[in-house]
Amino acid sequence: MNLDLTSIQLLAKVDPLKYPGPAWSPYVVGALIGVLSMFTFYFSNKPLGASTAYARIAGMLGNVVAPGHTQSLKYFKENPTRFGWELLLVFGVIVGAFIAAWSGGELTGQLLPAMWQERFGPDSALLRIIVAFAGGGLMAFGARMAGGCTSGHGISGTLQLAIGSWISAICFFIGGIITAMLMFGI
Amino acid sequence: MPATLQKPQHDSTFKETTLDETPAITPSSPARTLALGLVFGIVFGFLLQKGGVAKFHVLIGQLLLKDFTVVKVMLSAVVVGMLGIHLMHHLKLVALHIKPTRIASNIIGGLMFGAGFALSAYCPGTGAAALGQGNFDALAMVVGMIAGSYVFAEASGWISRKIDPIGDNGKITLHDVLPMNRAVIVIGSAAILTIVLVIIEFAAVR
Repeated sequence: MNLDLTSIQLLAKVDPLKYPGPAWSPYVVGALIGVLSMFTFYFSNKPLGASTAYARIAGMLGNVVAPGHTQSLKYFKENPTRFGWELLLVFGVIVGAFIAAWSGGELTGQLLPAMWQERFGPDSALLRIIVAFAGGGLMAFGARMAGGCTSGHGISGTLQLAIGSWISAICFFIGGIITAMLMFGI
Repeated sequence: MPATLQKPQHDSTFKETTLDETPAITPSSPARTLALGLVFGIVFGFLLQKGGVAKFHVLIGQLLLKDFTVVKVMLSAVVVGMLGIHLMHHLKLVALHIKPTRIASNIIGGLMFGAGFALSAYCPGTGAAALGQGNFDALAMVVGMIAGSYVFAEASGWISRKIDPIGDNGKITLHDVLPMNRAVIVIGSAAILTIVLVIIEFAAVR
């Protein structure tokens, strides 16, 4: 992609559709994730969810740095931090995605995604790290406050027809669409 | 922490297997729980990557309403899972795990999550998949997630006193609210979502 031009032109208009889409049909992948959620309910008595794992790590680190203070916090009192199913699920996701990308020749091995570079230039590594970190922080706070993330509310909660999960999932997209339009659409 | 938790378990399973020849596979076995978590995670990550939702431009493309891959994956999962899990629950094979409806927290937390979702371009699950795929910027998101979780824990007492009670309806579902047969609601919801998918397939470029 003509990097020599885009590096001069800051905040270029970007088209996400010019980059490659999914390797498999999204309907097939979605249906299989639906089947996987049936398996996790049946075999593990747990819904698919990713965000809790990060809170577990936060609690473990807190227990190392400031155990007394960490254990005095309401969230960690009610959700004891332990190494468990949720953490291994997210570790498994990293491994599984590596296998999928490797088998499909889609390993990226890069700090800056192509579309980010096209928009913010090739020298925007520090900006990307700050934005991704801030995004992660907001997501974790929001997910804990709402009670789940795109997996826990967006898939597992909505499929059980929980009202709060539908409200949360719709708000995920409202907040996301507004922010993305401001970042990439103008 | 893990060592103190697992040590007695190893001892007890060892004794069991020496006493009788039954394998140590019981529903409550922690080793089995952990192994299942890992296996389900590997399958989940594999599917997320193959579905394209570990890609930066696919997630941003969705939020810019140009690439509907994310919604296609999510709604297909919801339709299949909705029919399957409600049927399994009807047959008393699984328990449901309904999260409470707290309208203020759902909306405020949801909007914050959405803003973070667009900034990082990954969500907690797809970010882990993006990291596995080789998108190293996802590591900054992971560190941010851990930090944000701790900040939330700091605020959790205040939020549970001041925000959670606003619009707190408990663990309600659509079939609690609508005066209809649950099977009708489940099949009807799955049908509506399928129609939405058909419309997206014909209306969206991708």
